[in-house]
Amino acid sequence: MNRRRQGRRLLRRFIPVGLALPLVAFVLVTFVIPLATMVVQSVHDPEVADAFPRTLALLADWEDSALPSPDVYEAMAAELVLSRENRSIGKVATRVNRIESGTRSVFAKTARRLESADTSDMPASMIQIDRRWGDVSLWRAIVKAGQRYTARHYLQSIDLERGLDGEIQLVSEERRIYKTLYLRTVYVSFAVTVSCFLIGYPIAFAITSVSDSLAKILLVIVLVPFWTSLLVRTTSWLVLLQNQGVINDILVWIGLVDDGSRLALVHNMTGTLIAMTHVLLPFMILPLYAVMRSIPPVYMRAAASLGANPFQAFARVYFPQSLPGVSAGCLLVFILSLGYYITPALVGGAKGQLISNMIAYHIQTSLNWGLAAAISVVVLVGVFVCYFLFDRWVGIDKLKLG
Amino acid sequence: MTIGSPEEPKREVHIAFERVVKSYDGRTQVVKDLNLEILRGEFLTLLGPSGSGKTTCLMMLAGFEALTSGNITIDGRPVHDIAPHKRGIGMVFQHYALFPHLTVGRNLAFPLEVRGLGPSERNSRVRRALQLVRLEGLEKRKPANLSGGQQQRVAIARALVFEPEIVLMDEPLGALDRRLREEMQFEIRRIHQQLGVTMVYVTHDQQEAMVLSNRVAVFREGRIEQIAAPETLYEEPGGVFVSSFIGDNNVLYGEVREVRDNDICHVTIGQDRDVKAFAGEATRPGEPVWIAIRPERVGIATSDNQYSNQFDARVNDIVFMGDHLRLHVETCGIHNLVLKIPNIVGHGAVLPGDDIQIGWAALDCRALSIESKNSL
Ligand SMILES: Nc1ncnc2c1ncn2[C@@H]1O[C@H](COP(=O)(O)OP(=O)(O)O)[C@@H](O)[C@H]1O
Ligand SMILES: [Mg+2]
Repeated sequence: MNRRRQGRRLLRRFIPVGLALPLVAFVLVTFVIPLATMVVQSVHDPEVADAFPRTLALLADWEDSALPSPDVYEAMAAELVLSRENRSIGKVATRVNRIESGTRSVFAKTARRLESADTSDMPASMIQIDRRWGDVSLWRAIVKAGQRYTARHYLQSIDLERGLDGEIQLVSEERRIYKTLYLRTVYVSFAVTVSCFLIGYPIAFAITSVSDSLAKILLVIVLVPFWTSLLVRTTSWLVLLQNQGVINDILVWIGLVDDGSRLALVHNMTGTLIAMTHVLLPFMILPLYAVMRSIPPVYMRAAASLGANPFQAFARVYFPQSLPGVSAGCLLVFILSLGYYITPALVGGAKGQLISNMIAYHIQTSLNWGLAAAISVVVLVGVFVCYFLFDRWVGIDKLKLG
Repeated sequence: MTIGSPEEPKREVHIAFERVVKSYDGRTQVVKDLNLEILRGEFLTLLGPSGSGKTTCLMMLAGFEALTSGNITIDGRPVHDIAPHKRGIGMVFQHYALFPHLTVGRNLAFPLEVRGLGPSERNSRVRRALQLVRLEGLEKRKPANLSGGQQQRVAIARALVFEPEIVLMDEPLGALDRRLREEMQFEIRRIHQQLGVTMVYVTHDQQEAMVLSNRVAVFREGRIEQIAAPETLYEEPGGVFVSSFIGDNNVLYGEVREVRDNDICHVTIGQDRDVKAFAGEATRPGEPVWIAIRPERVGIATSDNQYSNQFDARVNDIVFMGDHLRLHVETCGIHNLVLKIPNIVGHGAVLPGDDIQIGWAALDCRALSIESKNSL
């Protein structure tokens, strides 16, 4: 009897937890686990360490000013052959090549030729197969790539590297690409946020002030972009903006621009800005509309009865009360812009690429997932910083999304 | 000037509604051909049931609603082309409409800021306005951190701080509980007497209208049924609507038998009962009329022929109301006639089911015409 009641009480306590389980599982599977994997990817690079354990152990106390001793060469040779057999040699070569470019071919070639090589003087044979085995920098690269846990990707993702003496330094001028991309991303996000605000605020205001039936229609117009494929929307901007596109045609036709000097509206920053503003506009309008709808019209009347002209009433009474919507919309658009990918990829051209396009490049093309993960983490940290600054200045509890 | 002795308003028209018509949808008229003159310094209350067009009148005066036809003048000048913010009319809204993002001090300073007054002048005026409503020291609070009564006072102070000549209030006490409401009624009365502004006040509470006003305009379906001082409305209602809207009234149906030249008429009610009443609107024999009798004017007769109208009655119910008792009796074929008896020693003599005699003086009941526009 008593135990049954206890059991029931226990059950009652766990029912709410049980109801939340699907959510917890969902967040775990779709968010926490990938995020954790990503963070691990960005610092954990075991390929080379797994392939050359003996060589790396021997290299542990190697003075990197001279070539290693012959037993290092012998261990290397044995492990090269082994990794050729278990097919890990390609990955290893890629890793080392990222550190010392132009070394990709060394490993496979050496492993292949070692089968028929003279094993009595390994250093000589290997240097004969490929000259670079006699170069200290290849060995340095192998040691570097052999670190199982590394900050390399993070350094690289912010244009830094470890120099010969182990000091952290800026990479050479022509390789500093990420800083530009981060700055461009922040700049574009900021510009998109501002233009979304400038376009979205009057629209949201209009929707709140018209009759209910008209407001419904306007809301649908705002939402229609949500219901069409992002790809379709973005490519339609190509049709509009390209050199022989609708907008240029119209401008030429009304004589505003010369046929010879059509505006470059797409495949550059302008294209990215225009298309992203369009795509992200609903995220500005909806929170604004939700907040504006909750502002009773009586405040504007009160302001007028107190002698404020319509502009003063708007600036001093209406706008301050719509601020929670403004900050919600801006935060949403800014954070979404920071990670925006498809639109810049399609309409941005070379000059309109953002940091997420670089992440995509490293995932799909260069296959440097570690670096892609490191850049993602940097962006994520940036997003968190925005969020906390927002909380500090505005207060996240003031955020109203609807 | 002392509190409790309302100054007689100067006989000078300040605001006038001239044949004002308002229709929101182009079909039904919410305000119908309204004429109204409001005197300078007067406290005028628009009283009437919900939906009778009181707020609409206030909004038209403040400039927030356009007139369909007619004219509103202030000091003889038509105001239709003056924007609301230039009319210089203070307004207290039903739910206060204090700006939630501003402190009390900034709320009060708002009308002064938009008028371009300097900070020192602003501060002293804000302080004076807060003194007027007895809220000194709350400048720094946000409206959300004030009680309902305090918010109400702030709203009143804000409507007065820029020293308008006209102040409008739309059911300002509607959201307060009874005790606070009564307290605020006297505050508003005091402020009006102190400042001498022209006050147009909207309420559906007849008690409130009585306490506050120099004159009351009783609204009904977009028309003014009667406009008069509170005492006049109570004692000489212009029709059944006013008589039952202002205070309680027993209304009996009857037919005029005879009108005497001393303003007394004889009315037959029920089968053959004869009631003597103040003739009022009843003029000719045979006319059907309503007879209105205030419950407090009906008494229990202790001897025969004590009242000029005296009838047998059976007590159906007695309700204890504290300072008085309400007796529900059946008399002259009327099922429910209400008497209001002061709660004095000896009331226990009457019990439900008792047969008693009740009566009232002829001048205490009025015959009201049924066929006039003022009919129920
Ligand atoms: N903005 C409006 N649009 C349409 N009809 C309205 C509007 N305001 C009031 N009404 C109608 O006008 C009538 C009078 O309303 P109102 O002036 O608010 O009355 P009161 O203040 O006496 O309760 C009501 O029937 C109401 O439904
Ligand atoms: Mg109203």
